[in-house]
Amino acid sequence: MQRFLARRLVHGVIILIGLSILMFTLLVLTPGDPVELMAASNPDIRPEDVAMLRKYYGLDDPMYVRYFKWVRSVLKGDLGYSRTYGTPVTKLVVDRLRNTLTLLATSVAVAFTVGVTAGVYSALHQYSATDYVVTVAAFAGLAMPVFWQGIVFILLFAVWLPWFPAGGMMTPGVAPGWPMILDRLWHLVLPVSVLATSGMASWTRYMRSSMLEVVRHDYVRTARAKGNPERVVIRRHALRNALIPIITLIALSVPGILNGAVLTETVFSWPGMGLLLFQAVLGHDYNVAMAVLLFLALMTVIFNLLADLAYGLADPRIRYD
Amino acid sequence: MQGSSTPRQFALELERRRTAAAGYSVGQSYWQIARRRFLKHRLAMIGGTACLLLTLMAVLAPWIAPHTFDRINLDERWMQPGFTGNVFGTDELGRDVLTRIMYAGRISLVVGYVTAVSISIVGSLVGAVAGFYGGWVDSMLMRLVDMLIAIPLLPLYLILAALIPGGGVGRIVLIFTLFGWTTVARLVRGQILSLKSQDFVEAGRAMGASEARLILRHLIPNALAPVIVAATLTVGTAILSESGLSYLGLGIQPPIPSWGNMLQRAQEYLLKASWLAIFPGLFIFMTVLSFNFLGDGLRDALDPRLKT
Repeated sequence: MQRFLARRLVHGVIILIGLSILMFTLLVLTPGDPVELMAASNPDIRPEDVAMLRKYYGLDDPMYVRYFKWVRSVLKGDLGYSRTYGTPVTKLVVDRLRNTLTLLATSVAVAFTVGVTAGVYSALHQYSATDYVVTVAAFAGLAMPVFWQGIVFILLFAVWLPWFPAGGMMTPGVAPGWPMILDRLWHLVLPVSVLATSGMASWTRYMRSSMLEVVRHDYVRTARAKGNPERVVIRRHALRNALIPIITLIALSVPGILNGAVLTETVFSWPGMGLLLFQAVLGHDYNVAMAVLLFLALMTVIFNLLADLAYGLADPRIRYD
Repeated sequence: MQGSSTPRQFALELERRRTAAAGYSVGQSYWQIARRRFLKHRLAMIGGTACLLLTLMAVLAPWIAPHTFDRINLDERWMQPGFTGNVFGTDELGRDVLTRIMYAGRISLVVGYVTAVSISIVGSLVGAVAGFYGGWVDSMLMRLVDMLIAIPLLPLYLILAALIPGGGVGRIVLIFTLFGWTTVARLVRGQILSLKSQDFVEAGRAMGASEARLILRHLIPNALAPVIVAATLTVGTAILSESGLSYLGLGIQPPIPSWGNMLQRAQEYLLKASWLAIFPGLFIFMTVLSFNFLGDGLRDALDPRLKT
């Protein structure tokens, strides 16, 4: 178990190193380095000054030297300054991190609950009308463009039926305490139902097949033969084992959900990292865009490690390779 | 083994014997069995027919579209959908929405098809090289795959789209191919690993086939089934990614219409003209759904063990 986790940790670090090289390459490709920008905004600057500044910032160093310098500053939490906001990028991103995590955690929780319930029900009533409806709904959920679903939900549940807000995260001036919590939840309903859809759909399908697979096993028959009530057989023996592969699946779905979060936040003007990224890219604020990418990748690596940990705890038969 | 003069014939003979031993009637090849299974798969047939119709709609757009493409008519702005005149209504410039959807379909479907093909080629080659040579080549390539699978690609696409100039199909396909080949590479690598120790590869090698020939003529063709499935599903995901990027304004640039960029300003006009938001999205949805049905059916037909 410890060896397994150590290996996964090394794996995560390798992914981050690869990612840092990718991001550095992108940064180098980005038009306009800091000195160029400074020179453009100051007509009195002399070519000697430019050369001196370039030397000062190490822009003429060989690539690998620049790369290591960049990595060192990133590790210190220095990701540069935002061109549009004029604040350190790290601060900007960390402010938005909480909003994205709220949206993400709620969506994953909703998708997991609904997906597992629907999948188990579907499997236990295979070929019933409900099973058929669930399967078709899952197919539909996987084919739905996230942003379009968002627009349609706004049309249905904010315009035609004015039940929920069409965007934003809170009503200004709401009293703190319960009214504020309820207000936040009210704002969460539409974005979460949109962002949860694809996870819900794919986890339903996998849960259904995983459950169908597990129910055929001998230990389930043994559990029945012992005279356990059906509810116990399903909950204790079948469901627990059927859930194990789903843990890995959830970790694998995280990048996809983050893609969806970028679109969902844009459609609903949810002030998270996705919206920040979108605005940064449109405003050519590449330091911010790159920092968001880094944080999103960091989140997937962390989620993957957590999933590995959960997997190791759930399945003691875990192999090391 | 008379008459098996080429490695291919030798391999075919082996395959024939093996399938005969597995209880299939001789003369029914793997592909014939798969075809029969596929034709009996109802969802796959529905999906396949829909894919065909949507493709035909896009190809024949110049001949069957009810109105002239991109004809701006300021007298007919914001026309509601109706059975006379503009079936899906008109947009803010008085252009017919149905006509634009048909033309946009050409772009969106081309992005889907070309991405699927290029991803299959790149993925197959990388996967085959990794599986065939093993060792450090394999480790390096697979770490790269691990990394690309672990990061959310849409943010990366957004940044790349902002850095690479242009607004056409080529740029989008290039970006998708650059980072999208990983699934196919993994599948092919797995297949090659199990295939490369089989007799027909050994036979090919013994007859003096070069490594490139072994990979391209013997290994990849035998690993094709999962690639076909993945390619079909890729058409759908590429159309989804393209529409997302174009909706954000970083994919296909107007005036070239794509289903995604038709939705770009739809949210702005939601109160005034909800039909502008509904119809293009409906076409994305139907297209992706059809390709997913088709891909699932192909998977069931080509590899019944992989049933989900």
